[in-house]
Amino acid sequence: MSRTPNIPNDPVEFDDMQALVRFGHGALSEAEFILCSIRDPKAAGDWLDQAPVTSAERLDAPPSAALQVAFTAVGLRAMGVEEGMSTGFAQPFLSGMSSEDSRSRRLGDTGQNAPSEWDWDAGDAHVLIMLYARKGGLAAWKDKVLTPTFDAAFTQARSFPTRTNDGTEPFGFRDGISEPKIDWQNAHPPSKHGREDFSNLISPGEVVLGLRNEYNARSSSPKVDGDVPGSAILAEASGNAARRDLGRNGSYLVFRQLAQDVPGFWAFIDKAAKGDPDRRDWLAAKMVGRTQDGTPLIHGRRDIEGSPRSNDFTYEDDVDGVRCPLGAHIRRANPRTGDHPYQIEGRIGWLLSTLGFRRRRDKLPGRHDLVASTRFHRLVRRGRVYGPKLKSKMASQKGGQSVDQGLLFICLCADIVRQFEFVQNAWIASPTFNGLTGEADPLLGGRAPFCGVASDGFTIQTADGVGEHIAHLPSFVTVRGGGYFFLPGLRALRFIAHHGKQEV
Amino acid sequence: MTQQDTFFILAPVAEGRAESLVSLLESMTLKPGFADPENTVVPFGKFDHLHVARFFLVQANTWRDVEAYGQSPRPYPLQLAFLGDVDGHRQVFLRELVNRSADGLVEIFSHCEGVHDGTDILRWMEDHNVKESANYVNVRGRTVSQIREEAALAAVLHDELATVVSAQGSADVFGLHQHLAEFVERQKASGLLHLTAPTKPSWRERIARWFDLISVPLLILFLSPLLVLLLPLFLLRLRLAERSDPEVLPRPDDERIVDLGRYEDHDVTNPFSAFGDVKPGWFRRWVTTVALFLLNYAARNIYGRGYLTRVQTIHFARWVFVDDKRRVMFCSNYDGALESYMDDFVNKVAWGLNLVFSNGVGYPSTRFLIKGGAEQEAKFKRYLRNRQLPTQVWYKAYPGLTARDLARHSEIRKGLEKRPNGARAMRNWLSKI
Repeated sequence: MSRTPNIPNDPVEFDDMQALVRFGHGALSEAEFILCSIRDPKAAGDWLDQAPVTSAERLDAPPSAALQVAFTAVGLRAMGVEEGMSTGFAQPFLSGMSSEDSRSRRLGDTGQNAPSEWDWDAGDAHVLIMLYARKGGLAAWKDKVLTPTFDAAFTQARSFPTRTNDGTEPFGFRDGISEPKIDWQNAHPPSKHGREDFSNLISPGEVVLGLRNEYNARSSSPKVDGDVPGSAILAEASGNAARRDLGRNGSYLVFRQLAQDVPGFWAFIDKAAKGDPDRRDWLAAKMVGRTQDGTPLIHGRRDIEGSPRSNDFTYEDDVDGVRCPLGAHIRRANPRTGDHPYQIEGRIGWLLSTLGFRRRRDKLPGRHDLVASTRFHRLVRRGRVYGPKLKSKMASQKGGQSVDQGLLFICLCADIVRQFEFVQNAWIASPTFNGLTGEADPLLGGRAPFCGVASDGFTIQTADGVGEHIAHLPSFVTVRGGGYFFLPGLRALRFIAHHGKQEV
Repeated sequence: MTQQDTFFILAPVAEGRAESLVSLLESMTLKPGFADPENTVVPFGKFDHLHVARFFLVQANTWRDVEAYGQSPRPYPLQLAFLGDVDGHRQVFLRELVNRSADGLVEIFSHCEGVHDGTDILRWMEDHNVKESANYVNVRGRTVSQIREEAALAAVLHDELATVVSAQGSADVFGLHQHLAEFVERQKASGLLHLTAPTKPSWRERIARWFDLISVPLLILFLSPLLVLLLPLFLLRLRLAERSDPEVLPRPDDERIVDLGRYEDHDVTNPFSAFGDVKPGWFRRWVTTVALFLLNYAARNIYGRGYLTRVQTIHFARWVFVDDKRRVMFCSNYDGALESYMDDFVNKVAWGLNLVFSNGVGYPSTRFLIKGGAEQEAKFKRYLRNRQLPTQVWYKAYPGLTARDLARHSEIRKGLEKRPNGARAMRNWLSKI
């Protein structure tokens, strides 16, 4: 129905893209992230120039180690990429995750999650170095990458070692099951009204700057003027030969350290279940929306594009939340909604839905069309777990002993506000998600009142309509620090490196 | 049904008085933009018929954009707007307002031209009231006292249901309903709960509403031969305009976005205030007039029951022509963060937005008045953000409650007064408590 703007289907340049955009490095089970400040921009440029940054090209065999590099806005400035030279970086990236009270309010970073309580803040640092290696190989890889030039160039502000990746997060649940599938071939270009039902495919421009996004437009990408020294290495900006595309093949990276109180979580559940182990597992599964082995509580199979068989369900089979509670974690993080509520038949159905007249046929009057279309709010998650591993149920029996562990949440997106901040605000932290009231995400919620409304309850909808209410959930997850980064393409990385050299 | 009304008082701010006006307005708030209901200047909380109200400074940020159309821009002086939505009639409300807080109103409006100590402030406000072109109310006729009574009802039922279920289980849903109904009767008898019966419309009002409902379809039917003849001409003229109208969509200033953010997200509901120019020429002015007339008709007769097309999060919305229809002001009250609101605009009602706002200077290009435009997400957000203004003082009579909460409370009351039919409907009703 819609005329397609003239965006050429340019081939994806995997060789100019950092591998993290395309791969989660699952086989590289060891990882460490290092947050640095730039001590000497020239030396930093030298190091970046010869650093073995891993590209997204698919090799015959997966690499045995990987390196990715991302910058904060302050970091780019320290490298000589001043504002005025580059334009078009997103406002939240330039401003940072913690610098505005209103942003903290929207993200739920208040109370104990407030930036003033954080252990670290990426706004004070410059560069994030991400190292990945096969089991047993990380130490050698660090030795190889962190050369004397590196030590001369950077001061390590903070290091984040991670737990060997086995696909399970600290509470004991299988994690990383639902990931959007990026439609690299652009085989299914989005057209307005073309995605009435949920699909797991997203356009590359939802993750990579400068490519076609779900709105059929190029995602916004920072540019530099063609006369800036060294900019010739960058791709030409689309539609403007005088400018160069600094963002091409890059992405925004959101990093948050989420400390998880594992004993506290299981102790709370154990108490709520009155010590009954079956009920304990049942209750934990209701909060997450999956059992610990990752099996979803919804079984109705649907044929969802781009989704593996084990994960091809939507909540249309459970509108009243009897199987998977309306406020369960996976239902908030990925509501699996399409552009229109419920399948609509034909043009008349579409018209009636568009005009808002289909509500009377709803199975549950009132809870209709309250959640935004999911495809505009997907994230590519690349997080890792940190801290020593505890057997979750053991933890609940021993109790008390607090161990520093949790998730280094990392996600990639092209629009920080529309993707990460929207999901965190409207779906995770909001006590009014999907018509609920007084409850935020049962796992991640900060429990402080959100926009003046209590957020520490949890309701399990039941077939008898009465439901089970759990009041005064303690917070199980605390934000310890975070920041917004730019994960440049490889040409952009070289431009940044050389610029640092020239400035000094 | 209780009659509802609006007021919109607009007056130019006197030379050099803006700064002191802003600090006076700031003194009325608890958090940036979020009114203290007990503030001494205008104690909003004392007025039982007031739903929402706001004071904001009207600044024409984009007045130079018409240069792109080859027109010389006309500056628009700084104005103060004071608007609100009330139960009953405007005149009655304004009289009560002046009776209780004349001093505060004079203090505020003395920053405007033509107001001094001896001014009859009620008369002055009536003289400066601007009639809206279109008005949307989430649920027409739902009064502030009804909202408060139903919220209190929902709260006690929530607790009572939990008590009775833990005592006798949940197997007998009809028994539960009966228990709750009797419980509410007892509460009412002992004066702890009030559920005022809604006022029934008189025959006169009913006839007037029926006449209003059929008048526009009849008029369209009557004029249809003429409209069919004019349609090709209209489309031709429209397409010519749509092909040549320039887009003016600079990226909004980062500092401005940060400043606007200071006023947002202190409550589950936010105010939105925006101001922009209508594209020059009679054609666009005429299209806007017709579009707002139809919008107003639809809001009055079709959409006053919780939905504005697919959007359920808007409590009140208002479109007002000013400056001889050269400019339009848009003020609304919506649930959630601005990003969610814009998401609804782009993904649910882009066509509706286009119908009205595509007549604004610089709007993302449209096709046939409803296609394109707001569907271009990034461009549309720029357009909106460039025209958004901070709302210095905003009041809502029921903080913490979303439009969905209000609807749910009404559904709970309805099910209490009229027993849901069948076990399934009964369970649906219980699940709302």
